[in-house]
Amino acid sequence: MAASLMSALPGSVAQGLIWGILAIGVYITYKVLDFADLTVDGSLATGGAVAVMCMINGMHPYLALFLAFCAGMLAGLVTGLFHTALGIPPILSGILTQLGLYSINMRIMGKANQAISVVQYDLIVSLRYIPHACLVTIGFCVVIIGLLYWFFGTEIGAGVRATGCNPNMARAQGVNTNAYKVLGLVLSNGLVGLSGALYAQYQGSSDINMGRGAIVIGLAAVIIGEVIFGKIFHNFALHMVSAVIGAIVYFVVIAVVLQLGLETTDLKLFSALIVALFLAIPYLKGKYFSQTSKKGGNADA
Amino acid sequence: MLKITNVHKTFNPGTINEKKALNGVDLILNEGDFVTVIGGNGAGKSTVLNMIAGVYPVDCGSIMVDDVDVTKLPEHKRAKYLGRVFQDPMTGTAADMNIEENLAIAARRGKHRSLGWGITAKERAEYKERLQSLGLGLEDRMTSKVGLLSGGQRQAVTLLMASLKKPKLLLLDEHTAALDPKTAKKVLDLTEEIVEKDHLTTLMITHNMKDAIRLGNRLIMMHEGKIIYDVCGEEKKNLKVADLLAKFEEVSGEEFANDRMMLS
Repeated sequence: MAASLMSALPGSVAQGLIWGILAIGVYITYKVLDFADLTVDGSLATGGAVAVMCMINGMHPYLALFLAFCAGMLAGLVTGLFHTALGIPPILSGILTQLGLYSINMRIMGKANQAISVVQYDLIVSLRYIPHACLVTIGFCVVIIGLLYWFFGTEIGAGVRATGCNPNMARAQGVNTNAYKVLGLVLSNGLVGLSGALYAQYQGSSDINMGRGAIVIGLAAVIIGEVIFGKIFHNFALHMVSAVIGAIVYFVVIAVVLQLGLETTDLKLFSALIVALFLAIPYLKGKYFSQTSKKGGNADA
Repeated sequence: MLKITNVHKTFNPGTINEKKALNGVDLILNEGDFVTVIGGNGAGKSTVLNMIAGVYPVDCGSIMVDDVDVTKLPEHKRAKYLGRVFQDPMTGTAADMNIEENLAIAARRGKHRSLGWGITAKERAEYKERLQSLGLGLEDRMTSKVGLLSGGQRQAVTLLMASLKKPKLLLLDEHTAALDPKTAKKVLDLTEEIVEKDHLTTLMITHNMKDAIRLGNRLIMMHEGKIIYDVCGEEKKNLKVADLLAKFEEVSGEEFANDRMMLS
């Protein structure tokens, strides 16, 4: 059993790295913007669908990847406008986009599953070549984290952070909080689309259901990363690194429980419970073990 | 400078929670006026400030700042003209961001935000100096998260943020009410200093009648969504708390039933 686990590990790491890009996207909405964005379940599949269809139609893989990124951004834009222009609550905005995307993804692919073979196509990552896939996705993560680190240090990026941290303060300082929320969602879902595009290539097909539960995996990655590194990583870039590592840890844990005899169909329940547990820990800790509660900046004056 | 004309505001109209917050407010502030605002609970003091800041839209009436009609402008656009400090120390600052980051965001109030650096080395030096002038030792903690500061320190930082880029109008909404007396005094002294130094036109709500009389050149009293008393100059300087209470009873026909005011 140990041997088969060892042979499964490199694949888990590659998967974790690909989903790490999604985790960075979730980090932007969930942690920076304080917006639980459920669009992710839809935009991941959209990214996969767009990339695979583009490549099947002869497009260069990196151009296909770019279009997947754009498609994800569009999905984020829709959610952002649902919320800011139409006043729909955050969670519901995401759910609506996610639901609508199911139909759109079907339209893009024409059927529920589109295979793309590594033999016929020049894929950027594939589970046939796991070490190569790991190296490439590490490259992606490094570049993305670098760019985001720069972005969130700019005037606009600081505005996005202020919007998530304390919208009252942000507006009082002239920040257009609605525009910056939309911007954050666009950026986040662009990354999710990119992650979906890589994942579809990695597994050799784009599937209509590939995004189901993606938000939970993304949250798990962010939270696991925070639990492990929260005390030692204080830098913004390192927060994103810990989200990626969180995703890797998640997939390694999944590999372990599969080896222990869990069915693949049990994984969703397992993931949901893991995330529920980690989300509950800070609350329970605050309630039963400590007097100092952390007070947010959104209290009404 | 500021011209409020016939502003009305009713919250939750047509429901059992209907509340007429403002009932025809007219107010003209001149350049350099420092006006203190008093009144009982629900008199509409905070609502006036929130209307000026654009937190909610007015039902009718108009608000002009420096000959610009801001009545229809969204909150973030009006911010260009306004510096604001709130009652709750948590409201004015972003807790998860550094002191210097908070200041840098405030320094860009009313300016176009670009992809340039959110804070520059030159700014850091300037903020250090400004923080030094607060006398709270915050200049050595510029990279500390604001969430780690005490309420008084946060209000001092917010005050600095409000005045970093000189506002046309400074709005102070009971900004010392949540602080202990000693800290409140310190923040109030700081307020006086900053208003004086930059000659800021200021509207300050307070529940402390002594402060209302002592500070500023003009005092207004509100009751049931209206300004019922407006006094300035020598007459204001010579006011006593008892005068204000008497005035209130005379105009409103009620007793000034507000423990907070009585005790302070």
